[in-house]
Amino acid sequence: MTHTQEHTSHTKLIWKVFAILSVITMVEVVLGIIKPASLHLTHFLGTSILNIIFLILTLVKAYYITWFFMHMADEKKSLRRAVVWTALFLIAYLATLILIEGSYINDVLGPLTKWNY
Amino acid sequence: MEATIASDSNGNNWSGGNKKPLDASYGKLMMWFFILSDALTFSGFLAAYGLMRFKFIDSWPIADDVFTHFPFLHGVDAPMFYVALMTFVLIFSSVTMVLAVDAGHQMKKSKVTFYMLLTIIGGIIFLGSQAWEWKQFIQGSYGAMQLKDGKIIQFVNASGHQVTLESFSKPLNSERVQHTKSNGIWYVKEASLPPFTVNEVIEGFKAHPELTIRTEQINPETKEKIIIPRKDAMAYLAEGKAIVKGANLAVNEYGNTLFADFFFFITGFHGFHVFSGILINIIIFFNVIIGTYERRGSYEMVEKVGLYWHFVDLVWVFVFTFFYLV
Repeated sequence: MTHTQEHTSHTKLIWKVFAILSVITMVEVVLGIIKPASLHLTHFLGTSILNIIFLILTLVKAYYITWFFMHMADEKKSLRRAVVWTALFLIAYLATLILIEGSYINDVLGPLTKWNY
Repeated sequence: MEATIASDSNGNNWSGGNKKPLDASYGKLMMWFFILSDALTFSGFLAAYGLMRFKFIDSWPIADDVFTHFPFLHGVDAPMFYVALMTFVLIFSSVTMVLAVDAGHQMKKSKVTFYMLLTIIGGIIFLGSQAWEWKQFIQGSYGAMQLKDGKIIQFVNASGHQVTLESFSKPLNSERVQHTKSNGIWYVKEASLPPFTVNEVIEGFKAHPELTIRTEQINPETKEKIIIPRKDAMAYLAEGKAIVKGANLAVNEYGNTLFADFFFFITGFHGFHVFSGILINIIIFFNVIIGTYERRGSYEMVEKVGLYWHFVDLVWVFVFTFFYLV
C-alpha cells in the first residue's frame, strides 16, 4: 500500500498544508499587532489568554509541519510514538518545572527590586 | 567459515538483512533520533529563556517596542511585519523542500533539481534577513540611559512615545575623545564612545519640558511600561551612569541585558542550523545534478536532508512565538 502511495504525487496536499500554515501565521501576526485588550489583559494559567492562543496555534503549526512536511503521517506508529511522545513528555516536564521555578524566583526577588529613586 | 559480506550497496539496509526496524531505513531513523535530541537542546535553551522571563516578568522588554524596523521604512513603527516576512520565507522554503522530496519519489530529476535550488535560495534569503534583524538590534533605535544599578531609563514625549537622544540632547563640547591605538597606549583598546555623555542628555532633558522618562517596570494592569511623572524624573537621572545605544551582550537599550543575550544566543544557534542546512542542501543539490541518486535508484537522501530542513523550520516556529509574540 505504501508502495503505490509513494509514487502518486502529494502536491495538492502540500499546497493545502502551506495554505493552513500561512493562515495561522497571519492570524498570529494580526493578533500580535492588535493585542485585543479582552484577550491580552487577562490572567489565565499564569499568563494571558492571548498567550495561550499563541501557544496553541504554534502547536497546531508544529503538528502540520511534522505530520505532512516531515511525513510523520506515513511512518509506522511505533516510530511516530518513539519520537513524538518522547519529545512531548520531556519538553512538557522540563518546561513545567522550570517555569514554575522562574515564577517562584520572581515571587521572592520581585519585592526586593527597587524601582523608585 | 563463511565470510559476512555487505550485500547491499545503496546504504538503505541495516546489517543483518532486509528487515527494517520500525520500517525505516538506517539513515532515516538516525536522522529522526538526531532531530529528537536537537529538539531537546533547543527546548533547553527556550526553557532557560522562559525561566529568566518569569523571573523578570514585571520588567521584561516588550517585543513590540524592540523589533519595529522594516527595510526602506525609516522611522515607521512596524512591529512584527519583518519577522512575519521571515517566517513566510522559511515556511515557503519548507514547501519547496517537500515538493523536491515529492518529485524524488516520482524519480523526476529535473523537478528535484529545481525545487532544491528554490529551497537553497529561500534559506539564503532567510539568513540575510536574520543578519539585517541583528544589525537593527545591535544599532538600536532610540538610545537610553543606564543607571548606576544597571537599570535602563528610556525617554518619552508627552504622548508616551519614545524619542531619540539626538532629538533633545544638548552638545556641550565635552573634551572626552575615544582612546585609539594611534593616539594612546598602543595595547589598550576602547569601544567607540556613545554619541552623548550623561551630562549632555540631562541638560537636554532640562531644556525640553515636554519630555519625561519610563522605567523597565511593567504595569500589571495595562501591561505597558510605567511612565514616571516629570517632577520625579530628575531623581532618576541623577543616578545616571552611562548612555546606551543599541544592544550587545553586555548592555541593552531596550531593558534587561538577558533579553539581548538570549536573543543573540537562540536566534544565532538557529541561524547556524539554517547555515549548515543550506550547506548540506547545496551538497545534495550537486549530487542530484550529477545523477548520484538517479543511479542509486532512490532519492532518499533528499528526503533525509528534507527532514533536517523541516526541523529547522519547526524550531523557527517556536522561536517566533516565544521571542516575538508571547
